[in-house]
Amino acid sequence: MKLVIINYGAGNIKSIQFAFKRLGVDAILSNDPKEIETADKVIFPGVGEASSAMKMLKESGLDKLIPKLQQPVLGICLGMQLMCLHTEEGDTEGLGIFQTKVKRFSDAVKVPQMGWNVIKDLKSDLFQGIKENEYMYLVHSYYAEHCDETIAATDYQINYASALQHENFYGTQFHPEKSGAIGSKILENFLKL
Amino acid sequence: MLTKRIIPCLDIKNGRTVKGVNFVDLRDAGDPVVLAKQYAEQGADELVFLDIAATLENRGTTLDMVLRVAEQVNIPFTVGGGITSVAHVDALLKNGADKVSINSSAVKRPELINELADKFGSQCVVVAIDAKEVEGEWYVHLAGGTIPTDIKLFEWAKEVEERGAGEILFTSMNHDGTKAGFANEALATLSNLLNIPIIASGGAGNVQHFVDTFREGKSDAALAASVFHFGEIPIPELKKELKKQDIEVRI
Repeated sequence: MKLVIINYGAGNIKSIQFAFKRLGVDAILSNDPKEIETADKVIFPGVGEASSAMKMLKESGLDKLIPKLQQPVLGICLGMQLMCLHTEEGDTEGLGIFQTKVKRFSDAVKVPQMGWNVIKDLKSDLFQGIKENEYMYLVHSYYAEHCDETIAATDYQINYASALQHENFYGTQFHPEKSGAIGSKILENFLKL
Repeated sequence: MLTKRIIPCLDIKNGRTVKGVNFVDLRDAGDPVVLAKQYAEQGADELVFLDIAATLENRGTTLDMVLRVAEQVNIPFTVGGGITSVAHVDALLKNGADKVSINSSAVKRPELINELADKFGSQCVVVAIDAKEVEGEWYVHLAGGTIPTDIKLFEWAKEVEERGAGEILFTSMNHDGTKAGFANEALATLSNLLNIPIIASGGAGNVQHFVDTFREGKSDAALAASVFHFGEIPIPELKKELKKQDIEVRI
Protein backbone atom coordinates (compact mmCIF):
# COMPACT_ATOMS: atom_id res chain seq x y z
CA MET A 1 0.00 0.00 0.00
CA LYS A 2 1.48 3.28 -1.11
CA LEU A 3 -0.17 6.11 0.77
CA VAL A 4 0.84 9.67 -0.03
CA ILE A 5 -0.09 12.71 2.06
CA ILE A 6 0.13 15.76 -0.17
CA ASN A 7 2.62 18.09 1.46
CA TYR A 8 2.08 21.57 0.04
CA GLY A 9 2.98 23.51 3.15
CA ALA A 10 -0.44 23.53 4.77
CA GLY A 11 -1.13 22.50 8.27
CA ASN A 12 -0.50 19.78 10.75
CA ILE A 13 0.20 16.78 8.57
CA LYS A 14 2.21 14.98 11.21
CA SER A 15 -1.00 14.01 13.02
CA ILE A 16 -2.36 12.41 9.86
CA GLN A 17 0.88 10.57 9.25
CA PHE A 18 0.90 9.29 12.84
CA ALA A 19 -2.76 8.25 12.66
CA PHE A 20 -1.96 5.99 9.70
CA LYS A 21 1.18 4.74 11.41
CA ARG A 22 -1.02 3.58 14.28
CA LEU A 23 -2.91 1.59 11.62
CA GLY A 24 0.35 0.09 10.43
CA VAL A 25 0.76 2.15 7.26
CA ASP A 26 3.77 4.38 6.66
CA ALA A 27 2.56 7.34 4.68
CA ILE A 28 4.85 9.31 2.39
CA LEU A 29 4.77 13.10 2.63
CA SER A 30 5.28 14.56 -0.83
CA ASN A 31 4.36 17.28 -3.30
CA ASP A 32 6.06 15.47 -6.17
CA PRO A 33 3.44 14.82 -8.91
CA LYS A 34 5.06 11.46 -9.76
CA GLU A 35 4.82 10.24 -6.18
CA ILE A 36 1.21 11.38 -5.93
CA GLU A 37 0.14 9.89 -9.26
CA THR A 38 1.62 6.49 -8.46
CA ALA A 39 0.09 6.27 -4.97
CA ASP A 40 -2.63 3.74 -4.16
CA LYS A 41 -4.33 6.27 -1.90
CA VAL A 42 -3.91 10.00 -1.52
CA ILE A 43 -4.63 12.27 1.45
CA PHE A 44 -5.22 15.96 0.73
CA PRO A 45 -4.85 17.77 4.06
CA GLY A 46 -5.20 21.42 4.81
CA VAL A 47 -5.31 23.68 7.77
CA GLY A 48 -5.03 27.43 7.54
CA GLU A 49 -6.45 30.03 5.22
CA ALA A 50 -8.08 29.04 1.90
CA SER A 51 -6.65 31.59 -0.53
CA SER A 52 -3.05 31.12 0.62
CA ALA A 53 -3.45 27.33 0.57
CA MET A 54 -4.85 27.55 -2.98
CA LYS A 55 -1.93 29.77 -3.97
CA MET A 56 0.50 27.13 -2.71
CA LEU A 57 -1.35 24.45 -4.70
CA LYS A 58 -1.13 26.53 -7.87
CA GLU A 59 2.56 27.25 -7.41
CA SER A 60 3.29 23.54 -7.40
CA GLY A 61 0.82 22.73 -10.18
CA LEU A 62 -1.13 20.47 -7.84
CA ASP A 63 -4.37 22.31 -8.63
CA LYS A 64 -4.27 20.66 -12.07
CA LEU A 65 -3.09 17.27 -10.86
CA ILE A 66 -5.50 16.58 -7.99
CA PRO A 67 -8.78 16.65 -9.99
CA LYS A 68 -7.29 14.13 -12.46
CA LEU A 69 -6.35 11.53 -9.87
CA GLN A 70 -7.97 8.12 -10.39
CA GLN A 71 -7.23 6.48 -7.03
CA PRO A 72 -9.19 7.17 -3.80
CA VAL A 73 -8.42 10.69 -2.54
CA LEU A 74 -9.44 11.94 0.90
CA GLY A 75 -9.56 15.68 1.56
CA ILE A 76 -9.58 16.64 5.21
CA CYS A 77 -10.92 19.91 6.63
CA LEU A 78 -9.64 22.74 4.41
CA GLY A 79 -8.59 20.04 1.92
CA MET A 80 -12.26 19.11 1.51
CA GLN A 81 -13.28 22.77 1.23
CA LEU A 82 -10.71 23.40 -1.51
CA MET A 83 -12.20 20.49 -3.48
CA CYS A 84 -15.50 22.42 -3.72
CA LEU A 85 -16.44 25.02 -6.35
CA HIS A 86 -15.77 28.11 -4.30
CA THR A 87 -15.18 29.24 -0.73
CA GLU A 88 -16.09 32.57 0.82
CA GLU A 89 -12.79 32.47 2.69
CA GLY A 90 -10.61 34.90 0.75
CA ASP A 91 -13.19 34.64 -2.10
CA THR A 92 -11.30 31.61 -3.41
CA GLU A 93 -12.08 29.45 -6.44
CA GLY A 94 -11.79 25.78 -5.55
CA LEU A 95 -10.83 22.70 -7.53
CA GLY A 96 -14.46 22.10 -8.52
CA ILE A 97 -14.53 18.40 -7.68
CA PHE A 98 -17.56 18.67 -5.37
CA GLN A 99 -20.47 20.63 -6.84
CA THR A 100 -21.07 22.81 -3.82
CA LYS A 101 -19.97 26.06 -2.24
CA VAL A 102 -18.36 26.85 1.07
CA LYS A 103 -19.79 29.61 3.25
CA ARG A 104 -18.98 31.20 6.59
CA PHE A 105 -21.01 30.42 9.70
CA SER A 106 -23.02 33.45 10.78
CA ASP A 107 -22.21 35.20 14.02
CA ALA A 108 -25.36 33.72 15.54
CA VAL A 109 -22.99 31.00 16.76
CA LYS A 110 -19.42 31.06 18.00
CA VAL A 111 -16.95 30.93 15.14
CA PRO A 112 -14.92 28.77 14.73
CA GLN A 113 -16.96 25.74 15.64
CA MET A 114 -14.40 24.03 17.81
CA GLY A 115 -14.85 20.64 19.39
CA TRP A 116 -16.82 17.42 19.08
CA ASN A 117 -20.08 17.19 17.17
CA VAL A 118 -22.03 14.28 15.68
CA ILE A 119 -22.15 13.11 12.08
CA LYS A 120 -25.40 11.62 10.75
CA ASP A 121 -27.26 10.58 7.59
CA LEU A 122 -24.20 8.56 6.66
CA LYS A 123 -24.08 7.07 3.19
CA SER A 124 -20.75 5.88 1.87
CA ASP A 125 -18.33 2.97 2.13
CA LEU A 126 -16.17 5.41 4.03
CA PHE A 127 -18.55 4.94 6.96
CA GLN A 128 -18.76 1.15 6.83
CA GLY A 129 -19.47 -0.05 10.37
CA ILE A 130 -19.83 3.50 11.74
CA LYS A 131 -23.07 4.16 13.61
CA GLU A 132 -25.17 7.28 13.18
CA ASN A 133 -24.44 10.16 15.57
CA GLU A 134 -20.87 9.30 16.45
CA TYR A 135 -18.75 12.22 17.67
CA MET A 136 -16.05 13.69 15.46
CA TYR A 137 -13.59 16.50 16.14
CA LEU A 138 -14.16 19.64 14.08
CA VAL A 139 -12.44 23.02 13.91
CA HIS A 140 -13.76 25.32 11.21
CA SER A 141 -15.31 28.70 10.45
CA TYR A 142 -16.61 27.79 7.00
CA TYR A 143 -18.93 24.94 5.97
CA ALA A 144 -19.92 23.18 2.74
CA GLU A 145 -23.55 23.50 1.72
CA HIS A 146 -25.49 20.32 1.09
CA CYS A 147 -25.49 18.88 -2.42
CA ASP A 148 -26.09 15.51 -4.11
CA GLU A 149 -22.61 14.50 -3.01
CA THR A 150 -23.29 14.86 0.73
CA ILE A 151 -22.42 11.65 2.57
CA ALA A 152 -22.65 12.98 6.15
CA ALA A 153 -24.43 15.86 7.83
CA THR A 154 -23.79 17.88 10.98
CA ASP A 155 -25.77 20.60 12.76
CA TYR A 156 -24.13 23.84 13.82
CA GLN A 157 -26.24 26.93 13.28
CA ILE A 158 -27.55 25.10 10.19
CA ASN A 159 -27.48 21.56 8.84
CA TYR A 160 -24.45 21.26 6.54
CA ALA A 161 -22.37 18.69 4.67
CA SER A 162 -19.68 17.35 7.00
CA ALA A 163 -18.53 14.81 4.40
CA LEU A 164 -18.73 14.63 0.61
CA GLN A 165 -18.04 12.04 -2.07
CA HIS A 166 -17.75 12.28 -5.83
CA GLU A 167 -16.63 9.03 -7.45
CA ASN A 168 -13.10 8.37 -6.12
CA PHE A 169 -12.95 11.69 -4.25
CA TYR A 170 -13.89 11.84 -0.58
CA GLY A 171 -13.84 14.76 1.79
CA THR A 172 -14.43 15.14 5.51
CA GLN A 173 -14.86 18.45 7.32
CA PHE A 174 -14.01 16.69 10.57
CA HIS A 175 -10.55 15.43 11.50
CA PRO A 176 -10.68 11.62 11.57
CA GLU A 177 -7.03 11.61 12.66
CA LYS A 178 -8.01 13.47 15.84
CA SER A 179 -11.36 11.79 16.50
CA GLY A 180 -10.35 8.91 18.73
CA ALA A 181 -11.11 5.28 17.89
CA ILE A 182 -14.07 6.06 15.63
CA GLY A 183 -12.02 8.48 13.56
CA SER A 184 -9.35 5.86 13.24
CA LYS A 185 -11.95 3.39 11.96
CA ILE A 186 -12.89 5.85 9.20
CA LEU A 187 -9.25 6.11 8.12
CA GLU A 188 -9.07 2.33 8.14
CA ASN A 189 -12.16 2.25 5.91
CA PHE A 190 -10.48 4.66 3.52
CA LEU A 191 -7.46 2.37 3.27
CA LYS A 192 -9.81 -0.49 2.30
CA LEU A 193 -11.57 1.43 -0.51
CA MET B 1 -24.96 19.46 18.70
CA LEU B 2 -21.51 20.75 19.54
CA THR B 3 -20.54 19.37 22.94
CA LYS B 4 -18.96 21.07 25.93
CA ARG B 5 -15.32 20.03 26.27
CA ILE B 6 -13.45 18.65 29.27
CA ILE B 7 -9.73 19.42 29.16
CA PRO B 8 -7.11 18.10 31.58
CA CYS B 9 -4.05 20.32 31.82
CA LEU B 10 -0.61 18.79 32.32
CA ASP B 11 2.26 20.87 33.65
CA ILE B 12 5.52 19.92 31.96
CA LYS B 13 9.12 20.53 32.98
CA ASN B 14 11.98 19.20 30.85
CA GLY B 15 9.58 16.95 29.00
CA ARG B 16 8.16 15.38 32.18
CA THR B 17 4.91 15.85 34.06
CA VAL B 18 5.62 17.79 37.23
CA LYS B 19 2.54 18.02 39.38
CA GLY B 20 2.01 14.96 41.48
CA VAL B 21 -0.25 12.67 39.61
CA ASN B 22 -2.07 9.96 41.37
CA PHE B 23 -3.33 7.60 38.75
CA VAL B 24 -3.50 3.99 39.65
CA ASP B 25 -1.91 1.36 37.46
CA LEU B 26 0.42 3.71 35.67
CA ARG B 27 3.90 2.51 34.98
CA ASP B 28 5.25 6.02 34.75
CA ALA B 29 3.02 8.88 35.85
CA GLY B 30 5.78 11.32 35.01
CA ASP B 31 5.63 10.44 31.34
CA PRO B 32 3.30 12.88 29.57
CA VAL B 33 2.64 10.36 26.81
CA VAL B 34 1.43 7.68 29.21
CA LEU B 35 -0.81 10.18 30.98
CA ALA B 36 -2.14 11.65 27.76
CA LYS B 37 -3.13 8.23 26.48
CA GLN B 38 -4.85 7.46 29.75
CA TYR B 39 -6.84 10.70 29.59
CA ALA B 40 -7.79 10.11 25.96
CA GLU B 41 -9.10 6.66 26.88
CA GLN B 42 -11.08 8.11 29.79
CA GLY B 43 -12.90 10.45 27.44
CA ALA B 44 -10.99 13.74 27.74
CA ASP B 45 -11.94 15.88 24.75
CA GLU B 46 -8.61 17.66 24.43
CA LEU B 47 -5.39 18.06 26.35
CA VAL B 48 -3.29 21.06 27.26
CA PHE B 49 0.44 20.76 27.94
CA LEU B 50 1.89 23.72 29.74
CA ASP B 51 5.67 23.98 29.73
CA ILE B 52 6.11 25.72 33.07
CA ALA B 53 9.90 26.00 32.85
CA ALA B 54 10.24 26.83 29.19
CA THR B 55 13.62 28.20 28.20
CA LEU B 56 15.49 28.42 24.91
CA GLU B 57 17.77 25.63 26.09
CA ASN B 58 15.06 23.06 26.75
CA ARG B 59 12.96 23.89 23.69
CA GLY B 60 14.22 20.74 21.94
CA THR B 61 13.07 18.56 24.83
CA THR B 62 9.57 19.97 24.60
CA LEU B 63 9.49 19.54 20.83
CA ASP B 64 10.48 15.94 21.29
CA MET B 65 7.70 15.43 23.84
CA VAL B 66 5.17 16.99 21.45
CA LEU B 67 6.27 14.59 18.73
CA ARG B 68 5.87 11.60 21.05
CA VAL B 69 2.40 12.73 22.16
CA ALA B 70 1.28 13.28 18.55
CA GLU B 71 2.55 9.82 17.67
CA GLN B 72 0.42 8.08 20.25
CA VAL B 73 -2.57 10.23 21.13
CA ASN B 74 -5.63 10.45 18.89
CA ILE B 75 -7.32 13.53 20.37
CA PRO B 76 -6.34 17.18 19.87
CA PHE B 77 -3.82 18.86 22.11
CA THR B 78 -2.54 22.36 22.79
CA VAL B 79 0.98 23.31 23.83
CA GLY B 80 1.75 26.45 25.81
CA GLY B 81 4.54 28.05 27.78
CA GLY B 82 7.36 30.32 26.64
CA ILE B 83 6.13 30.69 23.06
CA THR B 84 7.28 34.02 21.61
CA SER B 85 7.80 33.58 17.87
CA VAL B 86 6.24 32.39 14.64
CA ALA B 87 9.21 30.08 14.08
CA HIS B 88 8.69 28.39 17.44
CA VAL B 89 5.00 27.82 16.68
CA ASP B 90 5.89 26.46 13.26
CA ALA B 91 8.17 23.89 14.90
CA LEU B 92 5.49 22.89 17.45
CA LEU B 93 2.81 22.46 14.79
CA LYS B 94 5.18 20.54 12.53
CA ASN B 95 5.82 18.17 15.41
CA GLY B 96 2.10 17.49 15.66
CA ALA B 97 0.63 20.01 18.12
CA ASP B 98 -2.88 21.02 17.07
CA LYS B 99 -2.92 24.38 18.78
CA VAL B 100 -0.56 26.62 20.68
CA SER B 101 -1.35 28.79 23.64
CA ILE B 102 0.34 32.16 24.12
CA ASN B 103 0.01 34.40 27.15
CA SER B 104 2.59 36.95 28.34
CA SER B 105 4.22 37.18 24.92
CA ALA B 106 0.88 38.29 23.43
CA VAL B 107 0.54 41.03 26.03
CA LYS B 108 4.10 42.20 25.42
CA ARG B 109 3.72 42.11 21.65
CA PRO B 110 0.05 41.82 20.58
CA GLU B 111 1.03 41.65 16.87
CA LEU B 112 2.17 38.10 17.55
CA ILE B 113 -1.51 37.08 17.58
CA ASN B 114 -2.03 38.53 14.08
CA GLU B 115 1.15 36.94 12.79
CA LEU B 116 0.19 33.49 14.07
CA ALA B 117 -3.41 33.74 12.86
CA ASP B 118 -2.30 34.88 9.40
CA LYS B 119 0.30 32.17 9.03
CA PHE B 120 -1.37 29.18 10.65
CA GLY B 121 -5.05 30.13 10.90
CA SER B 122 -7.04 31.28 13.93
CA GLN B 123 -8.05 27.72 14.74
CA CYS B 124 -4.66 26.93 16.22
CA VAL B 125 -4.15 30.15 18.18
CA VAL B 126 -5.29 30.01 21.79
CA VAL B 127 -4.65 33.13 23.83
CA ALA B 128 -4.43 32.41 27.55
CA ILE B 129 -5.38 35.25 29.84
CA ASP B 130 -4.68 35.24 33.57
CA ALA B 131 -6.63 37.91 35.39
CA LYS B 132 -7.44 39.00 38.90
CA GLU B 133 -10.42 40.95 40.18
CA VAL B 134 -9.37 43.94 42.26
CA GLU B 135 -12.10 46.17 43.71
CA GLY B 136 -14.64 45.11 41.13
CA GLU B 137 -12.33 45.44 38.12
CA TRP B 138 -10.54 42.56 36.35
CA TYR B 139 -6.87 43.13 35.49
CA VAL B 140 -4.61 41.01 33.29
CA HIS B 141 -1.62 39.44 35.05
CA LEU B 142 1.58 38.11 33.51
CA ALA B 143 4.10 35.36 34.17
CA GLY B 144 1.69 32.80 35.56
CA GLY B 145 -0.36 35.47 37.32
CA THR B 146 2.54 36.86 39.34
CA ILE B 147 2.96 40.26 37.64
CA PRO B 148 0.01 42.65 37.64
CA THR B 149 -0.66 45.03 34.74
CA ASP B 150 -3.11 47.89 34.30
CA ILE B 151 -4.66 46.16 31.28
CA LYS B 152 -8.36 45.52 31.74
CA LEU B 153 -9.49 41.96 31.07
CA PHE B 154 -12.51 42.62 28.87
CA GLU B 155 -10.75 45.21 26.72
CA TRP B 156 -7.81 42.89 26.22
CA ALA B 157 -10.07 39.91 25.44
CA LYS B 158 -11.85 41.95 22.75
CA GLU B 159 -8.53 42.98 21.23
CA VAL B 160 -7.31 39.38 21.29
CA GLU B 161 -10.39 38.30 19.33
CA GLU B 162 -10.04 41.13 16.82
CA ARG B 163 -6.40 40.24 16.26
CA GLY B 164 -7.40 36.74 15.23
CA ALA B 165 -7.28 34.42 18.25
CA GLY B 166 -9.40 31.31 17.74
CA GLU B 167 -10.08 30.70 21.40
CA ILE B 168 -9.50 32.21 24.84
CA LEU B 169 -8.31 30.28 27.87
CA PHE B 170 -9.33 32.38 30.84
CA THR B 171 -7.86 31.71 34.27
CA SER B 172 -9.13 33.64 37.27
CA MET B 173 -6.34 34.17 39.80
CA ASN B 174 -9.05 34.72 42.43
CA HIS B 175 -10.39 31.23 41.84
CA ASP B 176 -7.33 29.22 40.81
CA GLY B 177 -6.39 26.69 43.46
CA THR B 178 -9.44 27.40 45.64
CA LYS B 179 -11.53 24.45 44.45
CA ALA B 180 -14.54 26.69 45.07
CA GLY B 181 -15.81 26.90 41.50
CA PHE B 182 -14.98 28.80 38.32
CA ALA B 183 -15.26 32.60 37.82
CA ASN B 184 -18.64 32.23 36.16
CA GLU B 185 -19.69 35.86 36.19
CA ALA B 186 -16.56 37.02 34.35
CA LEU B 187 -16.75 33.98 32.05
CA ALA B 188 -20.34 34.76 31.08
CA THR B 189 -19.38 38.37 30.39
CA LEU B 190 -16.55 37.14 28.14
CA SER B 191 -18.83 34.71 26.37
CA ASN B 192 -21.42 37.42 25.68
CA LEU B 193 -18.81 39.94 24.61
CA LEU B 194 -16.89 37.67 22.23
CA ASN B 195 -17.80 35.32 19.43
CA ILE B 196 -14.98 32.80 19.89
CA PRO B 197 -14.96 29.81 22.26
CA ILE B 198 -14.01 30.42 25.90
CA ILE B 199 -12.23 27.83 28.04
CA ALA B 200 -12.82 28.21 31.78
CA SER B 201 -9.86 27.59 34.06
CA GLY B 202 -9.22 27.91 37.76
CA GLY B 203 -11.40 26.77 40.62
CA ALA B 204 -12.65 23.29 39.73
CA GLY B 205 -13.35 21.36 42.93
CA ASN B 206 -16.37 19.20 42.28
CA VAL B 207 -18.70 18.03 39.54
CA GLN B 208 -21.26 20.75 40.18
CA HIS B 209 -18.61 23.39 39.44
CA PHE B 210 -18.41 22.06 35.88
CA VAL B 211 -22.19 22.11 35.55
CA ASP B 212 -22.22 25.70 36.80
CA THR B 213 -19.51 26.96 34.49
CA PHE B 214 -21.22 25.49 31.44
CA ARG B 215 -24.63 26.79 32.50
CA GLU B 216 -24.00 30.07 34.34
CA GLY B 217 -20.54 30.82 32.98
CA LYS B 218 -21.59 29.97 29.41
CA SER B 219 -18.16 28.38 28.97
CA ASP B 220 -17.49 26.26 25.91
CA ALA B 221 -14.90 24.12 27.64
CA ALA B 222 -13.55 23.61 31.14
CA LEU B 223 -9.95 22.98 32.03
CA ALA B 224 -8.64 21.53 35.27
CA ALA B 225 -5.53 19.88 36.61
CA SER B 226 -5.43 18.52 40.13
CA VAL B 227 -9.01 17.23 40.37
CA PHE B 228 -8.23 15.01 37.41
CA HIS B 229 -4.63 14.14 38.27
CA PHE B 230 -5.47 13.02 41.78
CA GLY B 231 -8.49 11.08 40.64
CA GLU B 232 -10.84 13.26 42.68
CA ILE B 233 -13.11 13.62 39.68
CA PRO B 234 -12.87 10.74 37.22
CA ILE B 235 -13.71 12.04 33.74
CA PRO B 236 -16.21 9.26 32.87
CA GLU B 237 -18.24 10.03 36.00
CA LEU B 238 -18.02 13.76 35.39
CA LYS B 239 -19.36 13.36 31.88
CA LYS B 240 -22.13 11.02 33.00
CA GLU B 241 -23.28 13.59 35.57
CA LEU B 242 -23.10 16.44 33.04
CA LYS B 243 -25.23 14.46 30.65
CA LYS B 244 -27.71 13.70 33.43
CA GLN B 245 -27.99 17.43 34.00
CA ASP B 246 -28.75 17.98 30.31
CA ILE B 247 -25.37 19.34 29.34
CA GLU B 248 -24.25 18.04 25.96
CA VAL B 249 -21.04 16.04 26.26
CA ARG B 250 -19.29 13.36 24.24
CA ILE B 251 -19.60 9.98 25.91
